[in-house]
Amino acid sequence: MSGAESVGDERSEAEGGADEEVDRTPVPDADVCVVGAGPAGALVADRLAGDREVVVLDAGPRFDPADRLARQERAIRPFYGRPDVWGVGGARDAHENAGDWFYPLNHARVKGIGGSTLHWQGMVMRLHEDDFNSGTERGVGPDWPVDYADLRPYYAEAEKELGVAGASDNPYAPPREEPHPMPAFEPSYSDSLFAEACEELGIDMHSVPNARNSEPYDDRSPCVGYGTCQPVCPSGAKYDATVHVERAEERGATVVDRAPVERLEHDGDDRVTAAVYATPDGERHRQAADAFVVAAGGVETPRLLLLSDSDRYPDGLANGSGHVGEFFMDHLFAGAGGTLDEETRQNHVGFYTSACDQFYDEADAEQAPFKLEFFNYAGPSPVEMALTGDDWGDPLLERLRDGYGNHVAMGGLVEQAPQADSRITLADDRTDDRGNPVPQMEWTVGERALDTIERANEIQVEILEELGADVEWVAGPDATGPAYHHMGTTRMSDDPDSGVVDADCRTHDLDNCWIASSSVFPTSGAMNPTLTIAALALRVADDVEARLSGM
Amino acid sequence: MELTRRDAAAALAAIGATGGVALGVRRATDDRGGGPGDDEADAAWDGEGPPDDEAVREAMTAVARVLYPEEVSGIGAFVDRFLDGRLDGSAHAEGVRAAVAEVESAARSWYDAPVAELSAAERDDLLRGLGADTAEEDPGGTAAERVRFFVVNELLLALYSSPTGGELVGIENPQGYAGGAESYQEGPR
Ligand SMILES: Cc1cc2nc3c(=O)[nH]c(=O)nc-3n(C[C@H](O)[C@H](O)[C@H](O)COP(=O)(O)OP(=O)(O)OC[C@H]3O[C@@H](n4cnc5c(N)ncnc54)[C@H](O)[C@@H]3O)c2cc1C
Ligand code: SF4
Repeated sequence: MSGAESVGDERSEAEGGADEEVDRTPVPDADVCVVGAGPAGALVADRLAGDREVVVLDAGPRFDPADRLARQERAIRPFYGRPDVWGVGGARDAHENAGDWFYPLNHARVKGIGGSTLHWQGMVMRLHEDDFNSGTERGVGPDWPVDYADLRPYYAEAEKELGVAGASDNPYAPPREEPHPMPAFEPSYSDSLFAEACEELGIDMHSVPNARNSEPYDDRSPCVGYGTCQPVCPSGAKYDATVHVERAEERGATVVDRAPVERLEHDGDDRVTAAVYATPDGERHRQAADAFVVAAGGVETPRLLLLSDSDRYPDGLANGSGHVGEFFMDHLFAGAGGTLDEETRQNHVGFYTSACDQFYDEADAEQAPFKLEFFNYAGPSPVEMALTGDDWGDPLLERLRDGYGNHVAMGGLVEQAPQADSRITLADDRTDDRGNPVPQMEWTVGERALDTIERANEIQVEILEELGADVEWVAGPDATGPAYHHMGTTRMSDDPDSGVVDADCRTHDLDNCWIASSSVFPTSGAMNPTLTIAALALRVADDVEARLSGM
Repeated sequence: MELTRRDAAAALAAIGATGGVALGVRRATDDRGGGPGDDEADAAWDGEGPPDDEAVREAMTAVARVLYPEEVSGIGAFVDRFLDGRLDGSAHAEGVRAAVAEVESAARSWYDAPVAELSAAERDDLLRGLGADTAEEDPGGTAAERVRFFVVNELLLALYSSPTGGELVGIENPQGYAGGAESYQEGPR
């Protein structure tokens, strides 16, 4: 089927298609029920599926791999917004914004088998050692109850699971024991331009780990240069969690799509007994299991706990601490760009190949950790430009030639410190397509992050000027936005009064309930979160297995 | 710059229309580089009801000749091969046929002739008269918005996601074209 608009609208109930035959009834005698089929849930399910009866429930649909090119057409055509590419939005995904800062939630997630990795960019770094001890080392936020050494073997495993292309040329990265599973992508032509300027300034550039195949890996294609990584990779070279969902299914797991979990039920012994979920036919089902792993992302995870309030947990399940939904954090974008008087060869691929972590560990109470990125996709993409405007023929070509060719840009991510008043709650008077209160975002960012964005901008502008660029834009504190990393909303702590989960990511209040998500991060560092999510998910799976064996 | 079989295949691959259609099976229409009347406008379709595929091809090729820049040649064969993949049984193919019908009906009522028989200047005026220049594309919108989506942007997307179309602008591996993971490393050519 060709055509961007030939792809079904997954938001609408009617779009089940030949869906009626799908069995969405509960699995009898399940050992483990996983809520959410993004990378966190998929990795847990895959790891446990060989030995355990595992069922995964996901709120969104199972996307047809044959539609990926039509989704790419959506990514390029101006009629479609980013959320349309994977059918996000509508009543199912309604939410409220009530904070100082607007949060574009439906640009920041995908619901369905594979989760937000369908849309992600696939940059995967380990957090730095100090990120786990932010309180002690930087005087900001709590320390994590685990440290880098605890996660280190899981990081290595996560890199193999996702398939990471990387190199060991980064002197600022935390220690690692073995090379990445694939060689790093070669630097881009524009990296070579930046390298001269950086050398002049004494700024180090190094490779950056990509969850993207630089060579055939795991029966998936190497990158073929479609250039639309974010929001869709048609070749499968970019990792997404359908990889582990499929593997889990091959190993016996049951994965049910369009099955939003509406609440978790518990018994008098503080054990979760069932996940109550809805199906497209309007039915409600109860999936019982011995263990539950909530992996619904950093916004829907706290929402589900809040929706699961009971007489025993009047403020929400697992919320004895009162912290469910609090400390919502994202990474802040800092960037700058402009033009050179020479060709820069942008937009051939949709990912970047060089970064700078040199300033990361300068962090203290005043300056947040931050990292810098050298873009390979600065300025407009000619094909997208061609579809807007009232010209064609020679004048259009003229405009494209003027618009494309000599852009350069840098990006960067900055940590935000955890604040209790930056939070997810339930909206008072708005409900979703099932009648459940929608999440209300109250996102707030403190001075430390804003000051650090300025510091990042200074370095970016210095590099661009050294390069001889005409600096045309700076995304500073007033123009920053979120990187779509949802963290902190069910924070980890050894102390049941200070956190929602313990060091094993098991809820303090309920014995058989784990959370696999960046929602457990007590502080966020400035590295993209998903490799850490994956490492923690593998660790959760081991803990679930150990406890089920010991039961 | 000549559009080739590889360009048509690339444009199709970019937008997911290769499924089940063997490229190049159809006879490519002769293409001598543009100008009205190059293609014989002898389609059996009489302008009433939905156009048949041959009429769609004639009209789309004629429109492409005003949308594509002067220096592009090989347009007839390119559009023809591209449509081999696009005129499948999808809702999209229906959209293309319906939008072409709008364009044809305007041509016949304003100029008394099918699009393919109009001069380049008349075709340009026709598209602007329909509002397809200022309209924003919308597959379910007004006639102008649908013509923009299914005719104008359809053809511009095909050209500029192909290697030759990209090269015109200075990017031989444009977005949507699987041009490999090497070109981003190479300097200006
Ligand atoms: C545009 C974009 C770019 C990104 N780039 C990067 C990057 O370069 N590097 C990086 O590390 N991270 C990146 N991220 C973030 C990354 O995608 C997430 O960190 C990651 O997907 C989180 O994994 P998860 O499994 O916790 O949640 P998700 O991937 O969000 O999956 C959660 C799943 O749970 C399901 N769910 C939600 N509620 C329920 C419910 N009640 N019942 C059942 N199922 C439910 C959802 O349908 C969804 O499928 C990016 C994100 C976006 C949007
Ligand atoms: S450039 Fe991006 S979208 Fe294209 S194949 Fe490589 S990873 Fe996939």
